Amino acid sequence: MNTTPQKLLHVENLVLHFKTTNGSVQAVDGVDFDLDINRAVVILGESGCGKSSLAKAILRLLPRNVERYSGEVYLQGQDVMALDEEEFRHNVRWAGMSLVPQAAMNALNPVLRVGDQVAEPAMIHLGVSKYQALEQARRMFQHVGVPEDFLNRYPFELSGGMRQRVALAMALVTSPSLVVLDEPTSALDLLTQANIMNVLKRIKHELGTSFILITHDIATSSELADEVAIMYAGQIVEVGEAKEFFPAPLHPYSKMLMDSVPRLRSEADPIFITGQPPSLIDLPKGCRFAERCPFRFEKCDDEPPMIKKDGRKVKCWLHA
Amino acid sequence: MIEVMDRTKMSGVSMEENNKSEQGALLSINDLHVWYELRRFGFGHAGYVKAVDGVSFEMAPGETVAVVGESGCGKSSLMKTILGLNIPTKGEIIFDGKNLSDLKRRELRAYRFEVGYVQQDPYGALPPFMSVQKILEEPLLISGLRNKEERLSRIRKVMDEVKLYPADDFLPKFPHMLSGGQQQRVVIARAMLRDPKLIVADEPVSMLDASVRVEILKLMHALQSEHHLSVIYITHDLSTVKYFSARIFVMYAGNLVEKAATRRLLANPLHPYTHALLAATSDPDARNADTFKEVPPGEPPSLVKPPPGCRFHPRCAQAITGVCDVQEPPDFEPEPGHQVACWLYQ
Repeated sequence: MNTTPQKLLHVENLVLHFKTTNGSVQAVDGVDFDLDINRAVVILGESGCGKSSLAKAILRLLPRNVERYSGEVYLQGQDVMALDEEEFRHNVRWAGMSLVPQAAMNALNPVLRVGDQVAEPAMIHLGVSKYQALEQARRMFQHVGVPEDFLNRYPFELSGGMRQRVALAMALVTSPSLVVLDEPTSALDLLTQANIMNVLKRIKHELGTSFILITHDIATSSELADEVAIMYAGQIVEVGEAKEFFPAPLHPYSKMLMDSVPRLRSEADPIFITGQPPSLIDLPKGCRFAERCPFRFEKCDDEPPMIKKDGRKVKCWLHA
Repeated sequence: MIEVMDRTKMSGVSMEENNKSEQGALLSINDLHVWYELRRFGFGHAGYVKAVDGVSFEMAPGETVAVVGESGCGKSSLMKTILGLNIPTKGEIIFDGKNLSDLKRRELRAYRFEVGYVQQDPYGALPPFMSVQKILEEPLLISGLRNKEERLSRIRKVMDEVKLYPADDFLPKFPHMLSGGQQQRVVIARAMLRDPKLIVADEPVSMLDASVRVEILKLMHALQSEHHLSVIYITHDLSTVKYFSARIFVMYAGNLVEKAATRRLLANPLHPYTHALLAATSDPDARNADTFKEVPPGEPPSLVKPPPGCRFHPRCAQAITGVCDVQEPPDFEPEPGHQVACWLYQ
């Protein structure tokens, strides 16, 4: 399938199922989405919806117990699923798109200086010399707002916020066009979170990087989102421009999720959603949200398709 | 003197009212200091971590107070000291008329039953190898409730209150079989078992999903109201405080920098740090992506060598040279009930 030149990332029917002793975990079950250059899409969902698995599926970071991994992933028009593991590792992962995983700040190697750690991907994936890689690391430190003299420090000498910025610098050092961030601010303090979101905004503006931000923190996600995708039980149930989504979500789950967020500047009484999401091992037939949905009707026994409506997409029979 | 309160008669008191003058404060913290000694190579003295450095406040029975602050501000140390897990370096904690430092070991144990603790990480707070029944029986066994029937009856009652029903479905389950929200309910049930007067809740919902947070907060609010409990709600999520606390205390580097009724503080924050916290709190709004947030530069100070004068002054855009960097501000009260430790309000 050919993609138009503007689409940075095209994902179609991405599937990732894991094999476990309890059964097959259908973590990512037919996900489609597109991302343009210099845009940020936020994937919102709660625990167990499969969003971290989606990050791994896009970057082909697969564990040993994969049962099924299929779909189409095009990065800048190139079919990356067709590449073998070595080509993908060398040319795509980190060089084309990188990942800041959950709790990345705790994943830094404690016995290496942070400057060296940030330089390493550049040496491996771009093949540059250590000197050039450190220069690139220095430039990235500037972009993320870490003082230059920290290049020689060890992770324990940095605060949590600083370490998260270092992890971000590491993801940017190879100048990828896309960075996937999995819960980048959840372990951080309020002011530090605000700082990191400022950094991401600045980088998007200065370097033109695109972002996929995966989080359950709805309020913070609005700081970066151009586009919003809601994930539930392994599927994306709604996609829309942030400016259209936040004031008026379409899918019943999206609506209830937005209504459950306590707001500082509004008197609205937040609701909660009763029940729990279905287990990814034992998914119901038909619409996966139906059992908790106040608007359920007979058609919901069949799985709804993704309906396109006024430039938005929603997987719900109510909008057919 | 121990006051005996008939809580059933107090249902008419709303959360916002402060009936300190009638009943006397339940909890009184006076000039509390909690310093941890740093030792060099095991026995040389190398300074103190001044985690709590001069904190004073009062809480009435049935009142809820939010303590808001970031990591390293000392709120965990404050909380542990209130729970009787730390010995204050200076200052006093008076609970229900009793000074904690005067309590002998047995009385201290009894005190710990009067203060319940709801921890942050529900999965970490529950022993994974114990069933819900065993977890909930433990505090009752420790306090000497030998009769199994009585224990189970008490457990069922509390589980009902936290809406874990049918109780018999949950009793044999292990923590990993429960959802985050259910685990947190077990933690709350455990804290409520001994009929405490005060609950200290440390970030009780921050590890839960968005749609469950409100459910747990509303549950805690209902329990608080029904049992006329005092609650100290420690959090950094300012968007939840107005649903759950009558007053807010803002903590920074070991001090309470602002104290006020919740509505008042949210509408009219006085301390520059409080301002910064509110400005940094986002509501879900697509327009946020178009603007940068103003964040005070720098990081919270070291508690071993805090800066001279006001601890926030190195990061404060409105710091007055010669004043803020020299002397620590006392509490000023620019409007009744609203205290702020800042020279701008002298």
